[in-house]
Amino acid sequence: MLANYGFKDGSGNWFLEIDSDKCNGCGKCVEACPAKALEVGEDEYDPFREESVAKVKAEERKKLRYSCAPCKPGYGENPTPCVAACEPGAISHADGWELLYGQK
Amino acid sequence: MIFAGIDVGGKNVHIVITKDGTILAKVEGPTGINKAEAAEKLYEEALKKAGLKRGDISRVVATGSSGSRVAFADGVIPDAAADARGVIKLIPSARTIIDVGAEEGRAIKIGPEGRVLDFAINERCAAGTGTFVDTMSRALEVSVEEMAKLSLQSTRSIPMNAQCAVFGESEVVSLIHQKTPKHDIARAVHDAIAGRVSSVARIVGLEKDVVMIGGVAKNTGFTESLKRDIGMDVNVPDDPEFVSALGAATAAATGVLEEKVEAKVVEKEMIEEGKS
Amino acid sequence: MVEAKKVEYWRWPEASWVNPDIDWQKGKLVTVGVDVGSVSSQAVIMVDGQLYAYSNTRTGSDSPDSAWKCVNMALKDSNLKVDNVDYCIGTGYGRVNVPMAQQAITEIACHARGANFLYGPEIRTVLDMGGQDCKAIRCDERGKVTKFMMNDKCAAGTGRGMEVFADLIRVPVWEIGSRSFQIEKEPPMISSTCVVFAKTEVVGLLQEGVPENDIMAAYCAAMAHRITELLNRLGMEEKFAITGGIAKNEGVVKRLEKELGVKAADKVWYDPNMRDKGLPFDTQIAGGIGAALFAFAMLERGKAQSARKA
Repeated sequence: MLANYGFKDGSGNWFLEIDSDKCNGCGKCVEACPAKALEVGEDEYDPFREESVAKVKAEERKKLRYSCAPCKPGYGENPTPCVAACEPGAISHADGWELLYGQK
Repeated sequence: MIFAGIDVGGKNVHIVITKDGTILAKVEGPTGINKAEAAEKLYEEALKKAGLKRGDISRVVATGSSGSRVAFADGVIPDAAADARGVIKLIPSARTIIDVGAEEGRAIKIGPEGRVLDFAINERCAAGTGTFVDTMSRALEVSVEEMAKLSLQSTRSIPMNAQCAVFGESEVVSLIHQKTPKHDIARAVHDAIAGRVSSVARIVGLEKDVVMIGGVAKNTGFTESLKRDIGMDVNVPDDPEFVSALGAATAAATGVLEEKVEAKVVEKEMIEEGKS
Repeated sequence: MVEAKKVEYWRWPEASWVNPDIDWQKGKLVTVGVDVGSVSSQAVIMVDGQLYAYSNTRTGSDSPDSAWKCVNMALKDSNLKVDNVDYCIGTGYGRVNVPMAQQAITEIACHARGANFLYGPEIRTVLDMGGQDCKAIRCDERGKVTKFMMNDKCAAGTGRGMEVFADLIRVPVWEIGSRSFQIEKEPPMISSTCVVFAKTEVVGLLQEGVPENDIMAAYCAAMAHRITELLNRLGMEEKFAITGGIAKNEGVVKRLEKELGVKAADKVWYDPNMRDKGLPFDTQIAGGIGAALFAFAMLERGKAQSARKA
């Protein structure tokens, strides 16, 4: 299940996607995130699922753009800390983040 | 020789007329719906204030979100370029510029000569702009200036849930109903927008001296919240809302009628910058 | 939340209904779903997974108040009491504070389930726009979520965005849809992607003398465009269904279908029994239905204990 946390607002699309089929609940992304925006817990979107999964903390979802921005998702070749830490490749920033960087 | 810089923003037009680097006149007025007309009308006003005629001006450069609407401009440069030129002229030690206006916010990293090295923007969303501040002040039923004063009196920080001017308005009304002291609400408002603005600034990297310009720079409640958020001092020049126009006038004075700004200027180029 | 106004331009009318063909006392498991939203709240009561009763009410002063309001309204024409309920699940914005619920489940999971119940197992993409959010959901034939994208940060593209507009032009939300088609030619859509900036744009258009219906068309088109972007980003798969208040706004729905090139499922019951009986079809109860169905499934699978008191 592909969970997209974040939001779409007037300025663009600011989503972080976590694939719960790939996520093994290891929590390395939680440690890697400088904004402390992630956590591991029960799957909110599948009430019958037993395994824990990584997700964005509830209070962070509406400001994800502002929390993620300093790590510059989509800025260059380097992946953001959470993406770099994830072995199964379950976490990624959806495209659209480039809107933040120098267009005018 | 005399030059003019015209900054046509989403809400206001700012015009600066300079001679030998000194400001002869500055004028501010609403952009309104007809931007070309507003620019024209305010230009006439600025000329009158300076005691000059149109023919006395050697070159006019425009900037701002609607700079291209200035029919009589000799050139148009991007906001980031105008900001950089204006700031480096006033504060040569500036390396990070934060410009927040009524409808847009941007952060610019500049080199020692004022060259734009990187920039990041926040646009098309009121939450990170002066419009957010205006909307919240109306919900609190105070002026923006009063809200700033109230904010400085608060000693506690209440995080705002809403990250939107519309939802924020309801949240402020809700906080008022819950009898939250007005000064704490005022501070919450400034803290909230400062957090959003600082996140854009962190993209370019916060290197001192950090200078803030644009209309929101006049808001002491905001600048205090911003300083707290970034843990650094923030330098606000006089008449911060005119700095962009001043930058445009400076461009006119140096004969720059158009400019291309690039973001993510690589390290190699930055080293070369240091050499020159 | 907002001061009382003389005319409320932005409230849908309230409703409730009880199924005359079901005797709850003859059923085994009574489950309830309570969906407390920012603007409206619904209670859905099922007996052995069959729709027994529901209500659609205005959200009250807080979550517990809203929950009681919609539950009481759903029960008003029945002798069923809350004590007779085996399991109740709360969902929606106010789900953590539903006094009669034993559990809370997110509205994304509940809307997918609810859409599956309302529109049938062929549904793969659900769009739900509520008072303060907009959700784009992909699901499988059982109504299980396979992908989602939600916005509850920005007022544009939410019911609130439409309400602010309705308030500004002083036209009730339920009239905007039809009036937006009483125009000669489709105008260009409102260009501001932010509700606050859009308000200024609308004021400008009104000052220029643009007819109100044209402005409504422009605003609905902008909202439809925004939703299209979200759905394209999610990746659409047919069949496509719309739940929540926005389904009732033809001004947005028709323009959305046009831009997507996909028709939304007709607002009729998938279940022929329900359809033939002329049971009312209310897109706003999808969340409550999903919650009541989850409650039923939890009991059946032994994942929950009955809380019935009488």
